[in-house]
Amino acid sequence: MVNLLLLWTLAVPLAGAAIVAVLPDRTGRKLACYVALLTLGLAALPVMWRKAGMWLEMDWAWVPAFGLRMHLGVDGISYPLVLLTALLTVLCCGYTLWHTPEPGRGNVLSSLLLLIEAGILATFLAQDLVLFFIAFEVVLLPMAAVIAVWGGPARRRAALKFALYTLAGSVLLLVGVIAVVSLTGSGDMTRVPALSATAQMWIFGVFAFAFAVKSPLWPLHTWLPDAHTEAPTVGSVILAGVLLKMGTYGLIRVGMGLTPDAFRQAAPVLGVLAVCAIIVGSLVCLAQTELKRLIAYSSVGHMGFILLGIATGSTIGLQAALVGNIAHGVLTGLLFFLAGAIKDRSHTGQLTELGGLREQAPWLAGMIGFAALGSLGLPGLAGFWGEAFAIVAAWSRGGPLWTTLAIVAAIGGALAAAYLLRLLRKVSHGPLAPSLEGVHDARWPEVVAWVPLIILAVLLGLLPVLIIDPAAGAALISEAVGK
Amino acid sequence: MIWPLLIAAGTAVAVLLFDVVFPRWYVPLTVAVAGSLAVAGVSAWAPLGTSRVLCAASGQCSFVYDHTAALVSVLFGLLTAFALLLLVPALREGDSPAGEMCFLLACAMTGGVVLGGSRDLVTIIIALETLTLPLYALVALHKRRAPGGASGAVTFFTTSIVATAVTLLGAALVNLASGQLHLPEAFAPSVGKPLVLTGLVLMLTGLGFKVAAVPLHAWAPSTYDGAPVPIAAYLSTASKLGGVIAILLVTDAAVKGGLAYPAGLTLAVLATASLVVGTLVALRQDRTVRLLAWSSVAQAGFILAPLAGLAVTVRPELFAASLAYTLFFIVLELGAFSGVMSLRPAAASGGVIGDLRGLGRSAPWRGATLAFALIGLAGLPPALVGLFAKITILRALIDAGTFWLAVVVALVSVVGLAVYWRPLAQLYRTAPDDRPARSSWAIYLPLAVATAAAGALTVLPQLALDLARWS
Repeated sequence: MVNLLLLWTLAVPLAGAAIVAVLPDRTGRKLACYVALLTLGLAALPVMWRKAGMWLEMDWAWVPAFGLRMHLGVDGISYPLVLLTALLTVLCCGYTLWHTPEPGRGNVLSSLLLLIEAGILATFLAQDLVLFFIAFEVVLLPMAAVIAVWGGPARRRAALKFALYTLAGSVLLLVGVIAVVSLTGSGDMTRVPALSATAQMWIFGVFAFAFAVKSPLWPLHTWLPDAHTEAPTVGSVILAGVLLKMGTYGLIRVGMGLTPDAFRQAAPVLGVLAVCAIIVGSLVCLAQTELKRLIAYSSVGHMGFILLGIATGSTIGLQAALVGNIAHGVLTGLLFFLAGAIKDRSHTGQLTELGGLREQAPWLAGMIGFAALGSLGLPGLAGFWGEAFAIVAAWSRGGPLWTTLAIVAAIGGALAAAYLLRLLRKVSHGPLAPSLEGVHDARWPEVVAWVPLIILAVLLGLLPVLIIDPAAGAALISEAVGK
Repeated sequence: MIWPLLIAAGTAVAVLLFDVVFPRWYVPLTVAVAGSLAVAGVSAWAPLGTSRVLCAASGQCSFVYDHTAALVSVLFGLLTAFALLLLVPALREGDSPAGEMCFLLACAMTGGVVLGGSRDLVTIIIALETLTLPLYALVALHKRRAPGGASGAVTFFTTSIVATAVTLLGAALVNLASGQLHLPEAFAPSVGKPLVLTGLVLMLTGLGFKVAAVPLHAWAPSTYDGAPVPIAAYLSTASKLGGVIAILLVTDAAVKGGLAYPAGLTLAVLATASLVVGTLVALRQDRTVRLLAWSSVAQAGFILAPLAGLAVTVRPELFAASLAYTLFFIVLELGAFSGVMSLRPAAASGGVIGDLRGLGRSAPWRGATLAFALIGLAGLPPALVGLFAKITILRALIDAGTFWLAVVVALVSVVGLAVYWRPLAQLYRTAPDDRPARSSWAIYLPLAVATAAAGALTVLPQLALDLARWS
């Protein structure tokens, strides 16, 4: 019955979400932590069945009329993302146990976090297209609710914008999904469907649009800064850490896996847009005056590197994208935790009203320095591999276009260093700002939430092999791409 | 098998008699509820075999009791029972005359039960009018009228007359060309094709009134809002179901008569216009029931959308998809209306959206059920029932090759989220923590049944898809 493990991985957070919502506040938050921990344990287990292809798989009929099957599977591409999702949810539930943002009711917040977790996990585990779509949509309303209820001053507008943008992308995804099922009679994601060239082109078009909104790819990114600025800390962490990865994962698994020919034809366009995202993200960051907005825009740039890696379509590029996915999740998750900690203390996110943090709270300042260095791609930390090898992959594709893209992306990487160092200068250095006077340093519950991410950032920086076992990874990817 | 029909008609007569003998509000109500449940029960459990009545010498029958007819009469029985239950607070307070209300609802139910099995033009129209006529009175029969309540009833009445006239004219033209009344022969004349074509388009447009499809939709918002909320719920579920069945019957006959293309085209226009107009206007509504009414116009567009596929390919699945969507929709709509009622004072109007403010927090269970229904109408998880409904539509359209309408349906769903977002957001805004008064069991019961059904269909949508067969 080992295959039911995957079903349990989804059922535990779902059931947990339902129970936590009706419990009293504090009991509910505690239970949510246990549920998240249990889910993390379940999510970690599949590594014991590690092999080429699907490690574990289950396949039940659900709604025969739509060809919808409860088809779950985990392999080398999804496993790291599954683990990251489960880990970040544990940290966020733990953080909520310690600190619930206004207007309270932490049990409902924890319950929504678990619901989001179930949706994201189902997205990464789904091997049936219709199921994948449903999972993709499950995340939408709970996330919008987290922003709309526990967010900042302009939260309702940001939440609606988030919901409408993402839904606009995903309803077209639905049209594409149904078209595949209708044309081939099956929504099986584990093999390449036989589609005509024209059909592939159209279907890939709607897929790419949906995933570009979710990732987000420039110029469809404008929901992201608003959502991030207004979202509570835990919302931002989940949003940046794993929710955006649904877009890149979808592009690899669905866009590339199911419509490979169209993907190859569209790759240059994706590459150009990805590099635009890198440059635009970096330039906006250089002029950005709000802390969380800056990190949000830096996400646009980092996701650009990941998309560039995917667009190259080469093994090295895809490996870079997979490593970059995890590294960005860890580092940006950490950055949002830290930014949330600063905003909670100073009650402002304006960079002009911050400064001198290292005098008042040296530990906090040190961790921000660490996260920023990781994020700008310092060798030895997690951020380096994904970005460096995305550029290498583009370069090694050769030709004037890809060479130019590689060079421009490298310049974008340098700009990232510029804006992150500017961030550090504004926040940590200089004279102590009035808003930060008398604030306390990092508290231990906060440190508990951050330390796993710091350890991961170092570990992945030294051993990226943890995500991509070179031999097995290459085999997995070439199988997934159907080469 | 005309038992459901006889029981329905008998219920109406019995209500009238009991009301005369025992003039207490609960007597006719009990009789009517028992009668409508009996209709539903007999239709559900009676052995199903196709049976024909009122047959002509040529073998054509006016009433054919088949799977679809049984389904329709079960639904009419249940929906009438629920509407009666929702009326309990109003009847108890003497807001509406009990005997009359129950009698009229039983009459409407009789029309609906006949409609499911009717197979000729005259029977369809008579059944539909038996369903609609009592509603004119039901809309107006209450003391504390909402502002504009009377004008709602008048609008309903006049639009309905126009629509019926248009339908009758269409039926007359069809009959003139073919000399036939029975379906599908009426639509397959040897000469006079253009006449049948004109008749078909007129009939479909006129029948569009019953489902509140654009262009004959303008009555719905003011009528729903002016009527007692239970009657609005009945208009939006049972009466709409009646309209859908009539359109399906006529379209089916037209397709068999070789008129698939014009029928599909007409319905494509009706569907697209309803989807776009209903959704966009719903964005601007401030009264809860008006918002639901405009959303119900848009939902009529979703219901008719699969039939537009007939213009490209003739497939029986298109009819089944339309019927399946109607089933999903009825469950959610009943949940939404009874949810709104449960959060409002007894026998009050639907109020403005702002009246819902904070109720999701102070009355979490009722708020959650209303939220679930609204999310379902928007077609989003966690109310997968609504998403499955949308998938049914898209699947049918894409299978038929009508990609453009699939994209319209998809884009309208996005705007739909913005429509339902406003009441949802109001439900969960912070507000002074005054718990709304407890509502009556008679309202909780339909609410619980609708929510349970929506929950069941979220896990097992195949149940509804299996029921929605079109033979």
